[in-house]
Amino acid sequence: MENKRIGGHYSHRYDAELEEVVNRVLAMGGLVESQLSNALQSFIEGDATIAHEVTENDTRVNTFEVTIDERCVEILARRQPAAMDLRLIVAVIKTITDLERIGDLAVSIARMAMRQAEGDRPRKQTFRDIETMGNRVIKMLGDALDAFARMDAAAAVNVVRQDFAIDSDHEAIMRQNVTYMMEDPRNISRMLDVTHATRALERVGDHARNMCEYTIYLVKGRDVRHIDLSEMEAIVEAKAGNAEKGTGA
Amino acid sequence: MSQRNPASTSLSAGLFEGTSRQVRSLADEEIAITVENLDLYYGEDQALKSISLKIPAKRVTAFIGPSGCGKSTLLRCFNRMNDLVDSCRIEGAINLHGENIYRRGTDVAELRRRVGMVFQKPNPFPKSIYENVAYGLRLQGVKNRRVLDEVVERSIKAVGLWDEVKDRLQSNAFGLSGGQQQRLVIARSIAIEPEVILLDEPTSALDPISTAKIEELIEELKEQYTILIVTHNMQQAARVSDYTAYMYLGEVIEHADTMHLFTNPGQKATEDYITGRYG
Repeated sequence: MENKRIGGHYSHRYDAELEEVVNRVLAMGGLVESQLSNALQSFIEGDATIAHEVTENDTRVNTFEVTIDERCVEILARRQPAAMDLRLIVAVIKTITDLERIGDLAVSIARMAMRQAEGDRPRKQTFRDIETMGNRVIKMLGDALDAFARMDAAAAVNVVRQDFAIDSDHEAIMRQNVTYMMEDPRNISRMLDVTHATRALERVGDHARNMCEYTIYLVKGRDVRHIDLSEMEAIVEAKAGNAEKGTGA
Repeated sequence: MSQRNPASTSLSAGLFEGTSRQVRSLADEEIAITVENLDLYYGEDQALKSISLKIPAKRVTAFIGPSGCGKSTLLRCFNRMNDLVDSCRIEGAINLHGENIYRRGTDVAELRRRVGMVFQKPNPFPKSIYENVAYGLRLQGVKNRRVLDEVVERSIKAVGLWDEVKDRLQSNAFGLSGGQQQRLVIARSIAIEPEVILLDEPTSALDPISTAKIEELIEELKEQYTILIVTHNMQQAARVSDYTAYMYLGEVIEHADTMHLFTNPGQKATEDYITGRYG
């Protein structure tokens, strides 16, 4: 991948090092995306084989996290990055933490899938709802990675908006689950797994949102954590960088 | 075993729960020096172009930029060192606490007492350590031995050199290491209680430990003095200064809070320079 924002240093080696880090993050993102979608599929279809693969693959996700962190520390030590380069390294270090957690959530969904595969399956409607929510979450994660890859703050804000739909899916499924549990207490243990899987998907949405916040920080140089969406939008629409030019005035 | 110290607990609460750092603004600072539309020519060549700047008091302001951008030339304007260059011509004004240092009748020797300068290469006089520091006061006619002793000790202590030289104050200053000489020169300049200290690449000839000591010293000196530093080392500018001005081809491109300039510069040219890119 050639990225105009990353390149252009006098040191071509430095360009290559930054590009390599970004490419690794995207490769890790791709892996985590497929982990999540496989976990969801195994849960919905009760497929223990896929679920097992997901748990096996988690070490790859962890290895990505460790090696990318190593590269970032090396760049900090050797290059003392500034401005956009510094923000890139900070954003990467934080992004991969969220990606690794998404990987862990995929594994816990896969573990529940294995349990589900052994016993009775909950009713079909439940799965349809989870599938809808899961697809929304997978799309959100993919879009968050795209926004990072293109270093596009406006796209990142759009992704953040998707989190609201996911939160309301989560709430709806939870309400339903409680109803099923009250209908027949024998449902409780099965439905608890469904509840946990739904909760895991909702958490993935939160992590994807975090990743978008780091992308906005990377592009705009502003910390947009813990603020309203409207404030975030205003920051993204404003011109990047606001240091005073000259000080005669 | 050790007991939990309530003082340290409150300190850590302050450290970890404080609000995030606010970007400094010149609007909130007491201004020591104002540069107004300063142009400087060497013969036909214009080295500084219409520079307007406000330098805050008791803060460290760093000047960065590629070689030949005019940062050292600008620094030398603040104590009229450029007067010594024949072909040099200056237009505009530099006001030090409201008084234009370029107005006719300025006592340049007095100006240089108020605005001290330290250069890249340590330049102690070929005299004893003691006499180097006492020199400025002797020039002013101070003869009282007690006063001289006191000022010499205070100045050498202020630069953290006292323990290293107190037993050999009468030895020749050339016997000191480069880093010690540089601190001695700084002691010499603060002995006459200037208002402003100009540092022209003060550590570029020093090893990392001497450099760290000078940087530490700068941190302490800014409690009392307005400090301007020219440096080629951007990490040094980032470490020691409160404000940074990026200069290019004789112009100030950007002048802002240092942390802001190094994490989120407002100008692309600044960004290209501090990240090592070609513009």
